[in-house]
Amino acid sequence: MTDPGSFLDKEYRYGFVTPVDSETAPRGLNEDIIRFISKKKNEPKFMLRWRLKAYAEWKKMKEPSWASVQYPAIDYQDIIYYSAPKSQKDGPKTMDEVDKEILKTYEKLGIPLEEQKRLAGVAVDAVFDSVSVATTFRGKLKESGVIFCPFSEAVRTHPELVEKYLGSVVPVTDNFFAALNSAVFSDGSFCYVPKGIRCPMELSTYFRINSADIGQFERTLIIADDDAFVSYLEGCTAPIRDKNQLHAAVVELVAHDRASIKYSTVQNWYAGDRDGKGGIYNFVTKRGLCKGVRSKISWTQVETGSAITWKYPSCILAGDDSVGEFYSVATVNNHQQADTGTKMIHLGKNTKSTVISKGISARFGKATYRGLVKIVPRAENARNYTQCDSLLIGDRCGANTFPYIEVENHSSRAEHEATTSRIDEDQLFYCRQRGMTAENAVSMIVNGFCKEVFRNLPMEFAVEATRLLGVTLEGSVG
Amino acid sequence: MLQIKNLRVSIEGKEILKGIDLAVKAGEVHAIMGPNGSGKSTLTRVLAGHPSCEVTEGSVTYEGRNLLELPVEERARAGVFLAFQYPIDIPGVNNSYFLRSALNEVRKARGLEELDAMDFLTILKSGMKIVEMNESFLTRSVNEGFSGGEKKRNEILQMAVLEPKLALLDETDSGLDIDALRVVSNGVNLMRSPDRAMILVTHYQRLLNYITPDHVHVLMGGKIVLSGDKDLALHLEEKGYEWVNPDRAQ
Repeated sequence: MTDPGSFLDKEYRYGFVTPVDSETAPRGLNEDIIRFISKKKNEPKFMLRWRLKAYAEWKKMKEPSWASVQYPAIDYQDIIYYSAPKSQKDGPKTMDEVDKEILKTYEKLGIPLEEQKRLAGVAVDAVFDSVSVATTFRGKLKESGVIFCPFSEAVRTHPELVEKYLGSVVPVTDNFFAALNSAVFSDGSFCYVPKGIRCPMELSTYFRINSADIGQFERTLIIADDDAFVSYLEGCTAPIRDKNQLHAAVVELVAHDRASIKYSTVQNWYAGDRDGKGGIYNFVTKRGLCKGVRSKISWTQVETGSAITWKYPSCILAGDDSVGEFYSVATVNNHQQADTGTKMIHLGKNTKSTVISKGISARFGKATYRGLVKIVPRAENARNYTQCDSLLIGDRCGANTFPYIEVENHSSRAEHEATTSRIDEDQLFYCRQRGMTAENAVSMIVNGFCKEVFRNLPMEFAVEATRLLGVTLEGSVG
Repeated sequence: MLQIKNLRVSIEGKEILKGIDLAVKAGEVHAIMGPNGSGKSTLTRVLAGHPSCEVTEGSVTYEGRNLLELPVEERARAGVFLAFQYPIDIPGVNNSYFLRSALNEVRKARGLEELDAMDFLTILKSGMKIVEMNESFLTRSVNEGFSGGEKKRNEILQMAVLEPKLALLDETDSGLDIDALRVVSNGVNLMRSPDRAMILVTHYQRLLNYITPDHVHVLMGGKIVLSGDKDLALHLEEKGYEWVNPDRAQ
């Protein structure tokens, strides 16, 4: 029989390395490294204090072991915490100053940075190893009052906003990887959408790990003020290397009264080879705070890459009538492992959350959904609907679902539905008997399985996501 | 069109078909009857290429080609269609999308242009009329949540749209009430044509009140023990399968 897992095989098109001359910190982590990073960034004092505090906390913490993933111990003293192309200096002012090799890299990745080549309507912040190398359409965004810039720049140009919001959603002590990130993060994207503004274009950050042995620790902070709206996309790739690399990001979202943030990710970090050698450890903390009344935060993620994924994009529904959503497709093939899900914390009255999680496992892949729904006593009339579906392709892969549901008042309701299905020989035979190849049959079934999630992706990303999964978009409509 | 010679088939090491000989010409309808466990379904499945069927001996020639060498989808594209006894659910996959994908595969193999959604809808709707399927069918997933009768009607609809040369109908009448049986039989009768052959597998004579076969064969213990015309089915109905002495064929 044909190997139905083979449909997920694709050549990793993003596995190349860009030859740039980099300035790299020595291996290992200590206070000097943190001071070095902070100095490189020309940071105000409060940032260095914040980093050092995080570092002190991190030293006291233990790496979490509760996730259903296995990997050899990480030597945190063997990682390089900062690497930036030398040509970057203080960050380029215009596109002309960006290293040509780097521009070529993004072109090759399908993300041309020259504005005239861009699809109108999407502004990009490009993060290369530890620094942001370019941000497009800044002028246009500025006209509407939207601030969209590299994080390290925001620290200098808008310190009051950074100081106010940084760590307000994910405190430094939140977890081991968040604390590590807080100590050493080097760049990322910052976005502030002022009151009443609907951001005129999609914003996106494209993360690229290039250098060997570096860890990428980026930080994203998005604030939507009262009645503001923003849609943000995130993409990621890395070269093929047979050594694992760590990516530990923190993303914080804050939505004020009636504001809405839509955050979409297509994660395609290098996943390792067929035998499970190499690949990115993607240990990420993402959380949104629905601070204001009737605010809304929506996470959509398509996780196809990484050797290990550990991430739980979450919503704290503090404002009354606020809404949280989580739509996820996680695919694991070969020896990939994913432990992913969400936390919906209902603090406000009449808060609503929806969780749709689709896990696809093939070959030896292991996909775990882990989700918490917590409704506190004062969150009257809160509602949650959770649906977790697992699709198994072949008989050596696995899927787990760990729902944690805590409802602490009588007027609220949480619903949880879960299914597990397997693409079996009978389904394939049925499709083939109607003239389709096994490969087309599998992609048709996978596509059908994922369509509820794909529907929530912005068009440009939906195309990317469906291409990654080897499925066609057409069948997902209707 | 179809020549089966001394076909022996095992499933999981157990011999089910023990030397089948059968010749089917274009335009003919053959009914294969027999008690449960006689190997009727296995015969249709081996012709369609089910991976569980292991051919240990014999040959099958279809339109001059060695059918047994072709992968499942190649057989389908060459015009072999199996209406399943238990049609398979495919959750999440839209019915009409599924059928259009299938039709376009078959059309490609026949050197025809692929159909877009609009052209396909015209074909689909005329097929749906034949099997009295309502519009909601278009938006539902393949066989998911279908009643037994709906599943069987869906099989006939697929057959009508794909226009096979050789249709294998595996217990299409089982589990149908009298109305559904009428609808399904009507669909099959409309599909009869001089270019098309059909093999109906059935346990009961009932179906043959609606579809008149040209030939009737009795399959028992993995062999065809008796062949005749439509009257043979009536005899069987009256006297039961015990009436057929398996030794008679030897």
